[in-house]
Amino acid sequence: MPRLNSSQRHRVGFSLNGHSVEGDAEPRVLLTDFLRHEIGATGTHVGCEHGVCGACTVTVDGMLTRACLTLAVQIEGCDVRTVEGLATAPDRLSILQAAFRRNHALQCGFCTAGILMSLDAFLREVPTPAEDQIRDLLSGHLCRCTGYTPIVRAALEAAAELASRQPAVQSHHV
Amino acid sequence: MKPAAFDYVRASSAEEALEVLAKEGADARILAGGQSFMAMLNMRLARPKLLVDIMRIGSLDRIEEIEGEIVVGAAVRQAKLLGWDKLKAKLPLVALALPWTGHVQTRSRGTICGSIAHADPSAEMPLSLVALSGSVHLRSLKKRRRVRAADYITGMMNTARADEEMIEAVSFPVVAEHGYGFREIARRHGDFAIVACAAIVSSKGIRLAVGGVADRPEVRDWPGLSGSALDDALNRFAYELDARQDVHATARYRRELVRRVGRAVIEEAVQCHA
Repeated sequence: MPRLNSSQRHRVGFSLNGHSVEGDAEPRVLLTDFLRHEIGATGTHVGCEHGVCGACTVTVDGMLTRACLTLAVQIEGCDVRTVEGLATAPDRLSILQAAFRRNHALQCGFCTAGILMSLDAFLREVPTPAEDQIRDLLSGHLCRCTGYTPIVRAALEAAAELASRQPAVQSHHV
Repeated sequence: MKPAAFDYVRASSAEEALEVLAKEGADARILAGGQSFMAMLNMRLARPKLLVDIMRIGSLDRIEEIEGEIVVGAAVRQAKLLGWDKLKAKLPLVALALPWTGHVQTRSRGTICGSIAHADPSAEMPLSLVALSGSVHLRSLKKRRRVRAADYITGMMNTARADEEMIEAVSFPVVAEHGYGFREIARRHGDFAIVACAAIVSSKGIRLAVGGVADRPEVRDWPGLSGSALDDALNRFAYELDARQDVHATARYRRELVRRVGRAVIEEAVQCHA
């Protein structure tokens, strides 16, 4: 049970979107700042820093996670997924991202990374969601531009497209 | 909005965590799911010298039925209990209340015991545990003790836990053939409740537990009241809660919610019991 000293930086190794990475962090460093400043993955946004706005939402070992309520040292050995991992290639959007674009489901884009991560994880578990399930999920995010309705539309459209492309039982990448 | 500096220990057993607490006392704090406590750290409302992370202790990540109680370990996340296939049958009130706790994105990380340890007066899990006459299992290096939920929560975010103790589990009694109701009012779904009400109806009478108004969950038991007698009882309860005014609601509005939401959940529970 090693004690990580507050004034020293400690090596943290983890998987980021399927690639092994490592960086150094003091125990108090939040996962948001670690991803952005140490690893250089700036897709995850920093909003309220107390778990309310949802902009920093990522997944850790498959669990939806507020990166601002997580310490970098806690993710040692974990599988972390961020918005950078959604697109299958640099010039291609995922089905969900393309649906966001078509439906104007973003304007300033500040909240979008977190919302995409929530929906991506959610649509894997619930491939044919009802609108109220999408709205319940979105209650964990604040968007000040869209009024949410285009986001709901994009999510339902992406779910329908995913369902038509693949058998529901198969696990898919949204 | 960044935490002050602290040391960090990832405990691999409850005994290891307790050793640290025994040695460091009030300077050390347990970190579980972090959905309340990390926000406190970020806002520097808490400034411990040491955090003890218990989330990789497998023995604490259990839901078990023991002698008529559901025992939920300290590392059980809210999403895990909500997804437990026996939840509706064994703990119908918790099944009703848990979807109101935070959001999908916080229930995936936050723990049941952590919410009770935090003891926010408007939180659903402390309210449910008090309503069901559940208890908190405290453990230090020297001894284990069980405290009734109503005695555990001593005030706003204040508890009977001693510095060297940690919550090992909480237990919810399984009670058959009761009716349950749960509702709350908040500005947005998942926000802290302005008023939260849990009702339990049995052949013996009505129990109403209210959160978000007093500095901790408050409970009243009435024999089978109905009609205007129930309204009068709710009115007395609403005044006894000593509601406060804040940016979210006036005291008068809170009292009115206790009367109306209280009545609605009791009727829900009566229907569910019938």
